[in-house]
Parts: sequence; structure tokens; C-alpha cells
Amino acid sequence: MGENIILDISRLCVEFDTEAGRVRAVDGVGFQLKKGKTLGIAGESGCGKTITALSIIRLLPRPVSRIVQGRVLFQGRDLLALSKQEMQQIRGRKIAMIFQEPMTALNPVHSIAKQMVEIHQIHFPGLSRTKMADASVELLEKAGISDPGIVMKKYPHQLSGGMRQRVMIAMALACRPDILIADEPTTALDVTVQAEILDLIQTLKEESGMSVVLITHDLGVIAENCDDVAVMYAGKIVESAGVHDLFQYPRHPYTKGLLASIPSRAPRPKTMLPTISGQVPSLTDMPEGCRFQSRCPLCADICKSIDPDERIMGQNHGVRCHMADEQGR
Amino acid sequence: MDIVRVDQLKKYFPVTSGVFLRRTGHIHALDGVSFSVKKGETLGIVGESGCGKTTLGRCITGLTEPTAGEIRIKGKSFFGTHGVPRKESASTLQMIFQDPFESLDPRQTVRQILEEKYIIHGRDGKHLDQEIHALIEKVGLLPDALAKFPHEFSGGQRQRIGIARAISLDPEIIVCDEPVSALDVSVQSKILNLLLALQQEMGLTYIMISHDLSVVRHISDRIGVMYSGKMVELGEAGDIYENARHPYTRALLSAIPIPDPRGRKNRILLKGEVPSAEHPPVGCRFNTRCGYVQALCFEQEPLLQGSQENPDHWIACHVFNSGG
Repeated sequence: MGENIILDISRLCVEFDTEAGRVRAVDGVGFQLKKGKTLGIAGESGCGKTITALSIIRLLPRPVSRIVQGRVLFQGRDLLALSKQEMQQIRGRKIAMIFQEPMTALNPVHSIAKQMVEIHQIHFPGLSRTKMADASVELLEKAGISDPGIVMKKYPHQLSGGMRQRVMIAMALACRPDILIADEPTTALDVTVQAEILDLIQTLKEESGMSVVLITHDLGVIAENCDDVAVMYAGKIVESAGVHDLFQYPRHPYTKGLLASIPSRAPRPKTMLPTISGQVPSLTDMPEGCRFQSRCPLCADICKSIDPDERIMGQNHGVRCHMADEQGR
Repeated sequence: MDIVRVDQLKKYFPVTSGVFLRRTGHIHALDGVSFSVKKGETLGIVGESGCGKTTLGRCITGLTEPTAGEIRIKGKSFFGTHGVPRKESASTLQMIFQDPFESLDPRQTVRQILEEKYIIHGRDGKHLDQEIHALIEKVGLLPDALAKFPHEFSGGQRQRIGIARAISLDPEIIVCDEPVSALDVSVQSKILNLLLALQQEMGLTYIMISHDLSVVRHISDRIGVMYSGKMVELGEAGDIYENARHPYTRALLSAIPIPDPRGRKNRILLKGEVPSAEHPPVGCRFNTRCGYVQALCFEQEPLLQGSQENPDHWIACHVFNSGG
């Protein structure tokens, strides 16, 4: 420890109202983001990774969902205790977020110029119009757009997916945030464009010293871009560790299963891939005890009654599994 | 034996403008694609959005009429005025679609979805019920699934229903268009295993279209790489992955994120964007982004031809394959 922690989340619980009653989509999530580092949150659809991110900047859909417990410490202040006005000073300015589909995140009826200038009007109202436009062009340039003057005049639908994501990044960087939360920023993009965008985020991070929370289902993206990783399953973080440790010595059976089922990690092509049996339990019908029990090859009696707490093993390697130490290594 | 032969396949989509929908140009979705597939093998087709890979799949299955060129299946020309009618081709050739949420009729039960094929093809004899039960078991679902509607299933299960529908008439060839792209990794591996098992059991030939190169690598015997309506490289899967020659293939391969932090590597980042399909560049289509471009690349279009060292490895590049 002793490293600079910029964001410290603990015991975060988020509840949703559904037709079937109240469900807990995020249940006791906690992690720490180090200054200047990238933390990856990995997991499959519905595991709660996006909800966790939205909780940090308090953008959860209302009134169907609410944070019922937890603490989000940012530079020593609990974001969950702030007033709406105070939160607006942080959101966008200190903590910015980019989303999976830049088309839906941009306004289709306004030009890029108008949307870029709007950010400056909100956050830097003292600037003159021309200064705002200049700053916008500069930001687009920084985001790797080679002819920002032309892009400024365009509307979102006239740009390719990669370009739109670059515009989103430019907007997110307008206030030089301390933290960038990127929720599946490249999932809708082709691999070569994905490589460019991830490269861009990495470069900007190194230049500005900001910290990044990268949310993705793609373990390849995690391996190549993150310093630390948290793996989520059914609303909980089941394993967290440094990226090298996690990929080399995965300890939770879910992480192991997930890694084994990736085709490029298979020993030979055209052979059967290892799989994780069964399905994720429904949030309305969570089993008692460990949430992974029905799919776990190591499931024992204790797993059916007691939900495992996080245990720290090896080098700061957190695992929520009763059986973890019996798996060798 | 070549079970599928595609020869100089072209598909242009008209671009219209104005109230009278005047034709102002064409989108060159496929511009002279040729290849063949052997019986029982899997040919992977990879490429990025807009390269024409989906149009290729739709042309082969007859869902889209090609502008020019020929598709021969088991030696017979399948489409066009002299071709075999669609209904007859359906028992040889089937398709699995990307989105298991959109490719199943939400108002039909699984039984109705599966029965429909047998009824259309007049195979709804007294063994129909037995056949449907065998089918649903083959794809790893329980018989009680038959009475349910598509929305009651998860994405992976829906894709199983899509696969059951595709194999119901004992086809020989299945065109899979991004069959696992909409699925989570842990579900994806199950569907890939199912496809591999069915291939072994039924001797199926697959044409696997996907943007996910690691999926294609895992399941294919040979791989074709497409760029802007053209096939730029074609060869044995291992050869393409370990010994790629075309600059685009190499950039594409270097962009795949490797799920192993020890394997972080240098990427070849491509500059610029895919050229417009309405006005493709003269010469090589990749000349706007290629790092090795020469004068010839702007004048003449490179042909896809076997390389000198390995005649089964086809490359369309002036610089890295100057003739076989």
C-alpha cells in the first residue's frame, strides 16, 4: 500500500425496483483506484459493472434505482454525501465518463462545434466565444482528429464510430478530469479502431496523469490496458488483483473458467473449449451462500450456506471463495 | 472436392438521391471475390465493418442477388435465371444469424419455428414429432423448450434454437454470420463447441463470417481476409496467423487484444479510415492506409494470387507478392 489512492469505494450496494420486487444489482462492491493507474472492471452482461460506474458519478436511473449503502471517497470526500450542486462540480469536471455507443451519447441535432462549445459555456463561462472554439479545436486535435476544423462543422451521424468516440473523449477531457470512467468504450468498434482508441486513452493518461476506470467484457482489452483488475459476477467483485497476478494465477473458479473459455487461450484450434456450466442466477432469485455455487466445480456444503467474504491471498490478491486456497498455487 | 465455388462475385447497391430516387452511384459492397470451399472444412471470413463479408454470406445463401459473378454449389449454379430455385437450395444450404433476438419470430413457439421448415419442404410426415425432439436434443436443449416462446430463453439458448432451425433439413453447408458476436465469453465457448460437435457429427461445411479473429482462428481450417469489398489474403488458418503477408492482415492481427499481460506487443496502428465504398481508390484499395505503398499501388489493382513459396497462400499485394 502507501500508494496514492484517488478513489476508494467500499460496501457499495445498489437496489433496483422491478416488477418482481426489489433486487440488489450491486452488492457490497469495493475497490481502490490508484492515482495515474488504470483499473479494469471485467464481467459479463448483467454483472453490475455499468451500475457500479454510474453510482460513482451518481447518474443511476431514477426513481427505479438507488444507492442503499456504501461510500465513494474521492480525494477524501464522500461523493454520496454531497448535494446535487456539489456533485455537479465534480461530475464532468473532476470525474468524466465515456460510454459504449457514442452515437447515443452525442446530441444528433447539434453540430460537434455546438456541443464542444456548450461544455466550455457550462464549465468555463468566463471565456469568449472564440476562445471556446479554439479550445475545442485543440481538444479534438489532442484526441487524434487530424482535421478538427472540418469535424467541428459536422453532425454526429456524419462521423464514423471511431471518430465519434474520439469526439466523446475530447469532450470528456475538456476539464482535465482526475478520473476518466470508460464504460465499454470500444465494444461497438472494429479491432483496428479499438486499438487506436485504447492507444489514445493510454497516451492521454500518461500525459495528464489522470486515472482510468476501464469497464469491459473483453479480457484481452483488460490484459493490455490495465494495471489492476476487478472481476465481477452477479453484483459482487469475486476477485481483484494486479493484472499480471490475475492472469497468471487466477484463483476464483469463475475467473479461471472465464479465462479458459477464451478461444485464443485454447491449446489447439478446432478443439472443444472448456465451459462454465449453467447460467448466471437471476437477481430476483439469488441463492443463499455463494452466488457461483450452481456453476462451480469446487462447490462444497459451506458454499451453499455462507456467502464467502473477501480473503487476501498472495500479493494483494482478493478472492471471494471458500475453496480458493485448495486450488494449488 | 470443392463444395462451394465463388467466382468473381460482385454486388453493387445503388445509391439514390432526390425525390425521384435518381441513381447517383453505386456502393461496391463486393467487387470481384473468388474462392472455393472444400467439403467438411470451415472457411473463416474476417474483416471489419463494411468490408462486404455479410453481403458475401447473403449472396451465397441467396438472400441477396449478386450483380455479377457466379456461385456454384456442388457443381451446380445456384442462383440467377438458370439457377436452382431457392426452395431446393435450402436443403443444401442454411444460415445462422448474428442476432438471436431478431432472427426468431417472437409470436411462434419453438415447436412452430422448427416445424415450419419441415412443412414448407413437405417433410411433415408422421415422424415429425420424433424428428423435432431429436433436433432439440442435438443442440443441447430440453424437450420442454418446444412449448416456449423465444423471449423465455437467454441469448445462448436462442442461438441454439437458431442452430436447430439451420440443421433441421440436414444441410451440407451452413453460412454462419457472426454467430457468437452477441454472446458473452462463457456462452460463446458453449456455442462454438456445439458448432464443432455438429460439424464432426454431420460432416458439415461452414462458412464462418466474423469480425472476431480469435473465434475465427479457433474454428476455421482456412481463412479469407476481406478489405473494402475485396479478398486480400486467403490461406490455411495457421499460415494466415503466423505468416501473414498482406499489410492489412498484419495490422488486423496486431490489433487483437491478447488476454495475457505478458504478451503486450507493438501494434501496427493504421492511419485514416476505410475508403468510401462508393468511390473506392484507384489501384489497390488499401493504398490510402498502407505503410509500404509504392507507385504501382496507385495504378494497378493487385490480383489475388498464390505466393511463390506456398501456392495455397493467396495474397493480393504488389509489394509482398509480386506474382506466383
